[in-house]
Amino acid sequence: MRVPALDPSPPQHAIAVETLGMTMRFGSFTALKDVSIRIPAGSFHVLLGENGAGKSTLVKCMMGFYKPTSGQMTVDGREVAVPDPRAAHDLGLGMVYQHFTLVPSLTAAENLVISRKDVPARIDWEKERADLAAFMTRMPFSVPLDVPVGRLAAGEKQKLELLKQLYLGRRFLILDEPTSVLTPAEADELLGMVRGLTTDGTLTCLMISHKFREVTAFADEVSVLRRGEHVGGGKVADLSTAEMAAMMIGEKELVRPAARLAVNGKPVMTVSGAKAADRSGLKTIEIGDLKVKSGEIVGLAGISGNGQMELMEILSGQRPLMEGAIKVCGLPFHATRSEARQFNVRYLPEEPLRNACAPKMSVAENIFFRDFDFAGGKPKFWLNGRRMAELAARLVGEYKVKTASLATPIAALSGGNVQRAVLSRELNGAVDLLLIANPCFGLDFSAVAEIRTRIMAARNAGAAVLLISEDLDEILELSDRILVMSEGRIVFETPAAGADIGEIGKHMAGHH
Amino acid sequence: MSEDIGLWGVPLAILGGAIRVSTPFIFVSTGECLTERSGRINLGLEGTLVFGAMSGYAVAYHTGSPWLGTLAAAFAGLLFGLLHGVLCSLPRVNDIAIGIALMIFGTGLAFFFGKPYVQPVAPHLPAIPLGFWSPLPQVQAALNVNVLFLAGIALAFATAWMLKNTRIGLTIRVAGDSADAARALGIDVNRVRLWSTAAGGALAGIGGAYLSLYYPGSWNEGISSGQGLMAVALVIFARWNPVNCLYASLLFGGAGALGPALQSVGITSGYYLFYAAPYVLTLGFLVATSSRTRALPSAPGELSIIK
Repeated sequence: MRVPALDPSPPQHAIAVETLGMTMRFGSFTALKDVSIRIPAGSFHVLLGENGAGKSTLVKCMMGFYKPTSGQMTVDGREVAVPDPRAAHDLGLGMVYQHFTLVPSLTAAENLVISRKDVPARIDWEKERADLAAFMTRMPFSVPLDVPVGRLAAGEKQKLELLKQLYLGRRFLILDEPTSVLTPAEADELLGMVRGLTTDGTLTCLMISHKFREVTAFADEVSVLRRGEHVGGGKVADLSTAEMAAMMIGEKELVRPAARLAVNGKPVMTVSGAKAADRSGLKTIEIGDLKVKSGEIVGLAGISGNGQMELMEILSGQRPLMEGAIKVCGLPFHATRSEARQFNVRYLPEEPLRNACAPKMSVAENIFFRDFDFAGGKPKFWLNGRRMAELAARLVGEYKVKTASLATPIAALSGGNVQRAVLSRELNGAVDLLLIANPCFGLDFSAVAEIRTRIMAARNAGAAVLLISEDLDEILELSDRILVMSEGRIVFETPAAGADIGEIGKHMAGHH
Repeated sequence: MSEDIGLWGVPLAILGGAIRVSTPFIFVSTGECLTERSGRINLGLEGTLVFGAMSGYAVAYHTGSPWLGTLAAAFAGLLFGLLHGVLCSLPRVNDIAIGIALMIFGTGLAFFFGKPYVQPVAPHLPAIPLGFWSPLPQVQAALNVNVLFLAGIALAFATAWMLKNTRIGLTIRVAGDSADAARALGIDVNRVRLWSTAAGGALAGIGGAYLSLYYPGSWNEGISSGQGLMAVALVIFARWNPVNCLYASLLFGGAGALGPALQSVGITSGYYLFYAAPYVLTLGFLVATSSRTRALPSAPGELSIIK
């Protein structure tokens, strides 16, 4: 018998949640197959799995976004029906999403208040403000409450997402890769706080993560999904990282990053005296001198929101320069299509679906974008469908892009596969300069390894690579030379070999 | 015979024009502002305005009460808004296309039912003679303020307050800025937009009643001459802020009176150019405040023209 929630107010203690034989089919595709997971009250449970393993599908079923094809769920041992997210919220279930669910034009305070269930018809801002201030003093971190959320940095938005769930009194929290936009210190702070809430019995947490470090440091238990099936799990204390990785990827072999070849290159790109407005329009980005030589990867580290994205926009022609110049091979470069073609400049911007794709156009068309009007050194008037199909088929095969067909809209692909498709387009042919921003954001580790190998291969083939990344591990793994950006300026430079991580961290945090 | 006040007549005429001409703009643009803040564009308000003018006039004529006429116009506008909202709730329906269809439908329907009312005279909405203290008839004429104008001012401020300080206001803004976030909050986005469009339609209907029941004060087919469309554009000009909508309407009304005012003091050259003043002004202001690198920061994120 299905028992609806009798008590409309959320419970005051951590709750236990269990799924029984959860199955979800989309047409002929089975995204989730008979998954049963038990999460006891007050535990910190991690859901591991590659991209497309069904983690998101499972939690969406739990939260009532999808109606599972079959299977049940119990909350505190009682079978419940969750027809929609509201029902899940009534049961005390909450979720922090990978994509932000805050309303950009509303302030943090407005976002918090409107998310409550009992918003009064007339909002007494004085009282709400006092309540919010009192709530914030109990929290381990704070966010500016009166700025429109759209103007907050990613890290601050993620904190606000979490604050919102706690503000709403949720007792079972699903976190979908909550730390992907945070610095290591912020991530530890956030997870430490969640950990504290679970151990004192106020919260149960289910976290989707790719980072083994977080799993071993904070979680009690782990469940591993692979191709929609629950393939294993158990107490974190009983499992090694290697065992978890083996469960996650199954038989497949991981691509090892290619060996670093010694290449002594000449400067390809020089940025000198460049000045541009930042996103808020209030500060300026100033790049005094930035050189990237062929055959080297220059890693540009920095905490989100310190001007790295603006630099990428400057280099890709999305943001006008107020002063200064960019030169490629000694000639002025304005990031036009013909210049990019002439100098073999390729881009892999962050959020490729937004910055490097036409989301509703097909995979084949997106892969064809760079050369659709150009073949054999000559401009072409007519679109050559056969050439497009051949190119796309070859690259999709080479880069193992998982897509239903070449005609599928690229927006339907998972994040890792969009990234692979864009990479296949950008790395096709001769590459002299490769500009990359956060290439592995939100990807699982086999996709990450593969993409990093490709980047290293491009470097070994003589390309000059600028890698802008918020992931310090990535910078350390790939770079020959490391730069640190802080408050719109490059504040530190060190060769990667023998780099002092503490020193880099200090400069990232703004202590120069 | 009135006293000659010379060139003073020009600013006075502009003031009078701002008060007289702006009222329909205030109502239509505030209504459209509400609709757009919920994430939809209703381009059909021109049709709603004309139909409101016709139905308001007809009901005022039959009942003898201009207030009942205004009420009828608001109700007719509400129905048009609901129709727009319902049609746009259907999957794969574009709000702009529906808006254009409803614009043509509304004006056509108004002309069809309005034929018998071109001749008869309906009672007018009352005005408050705020210029009673002045002996000058020009001042008295300029400050003869219709009740709906005052209601419009109150409406703009009330709407701004509502968007900031009430649950309904915040709900509308959430629905307009991020449908995903709204769904995550359990808000029925379509319902919010339906009623926002309906309210916007009702306000546009009242704007129409003002046209036929006060200024110009009669029903004919050329009564609106695109004012509904201009009011929609004013919302963008006003950056989706109801109080700015009020100012923009006043500016637009005042600039519209420039042509006739100059003509009345004997400046007749460049006659049509002065009539274009509101449009030139709007265009100039938009160009001056635009940015090459920034998108409109206050635009609701869900609008189909922004996405």
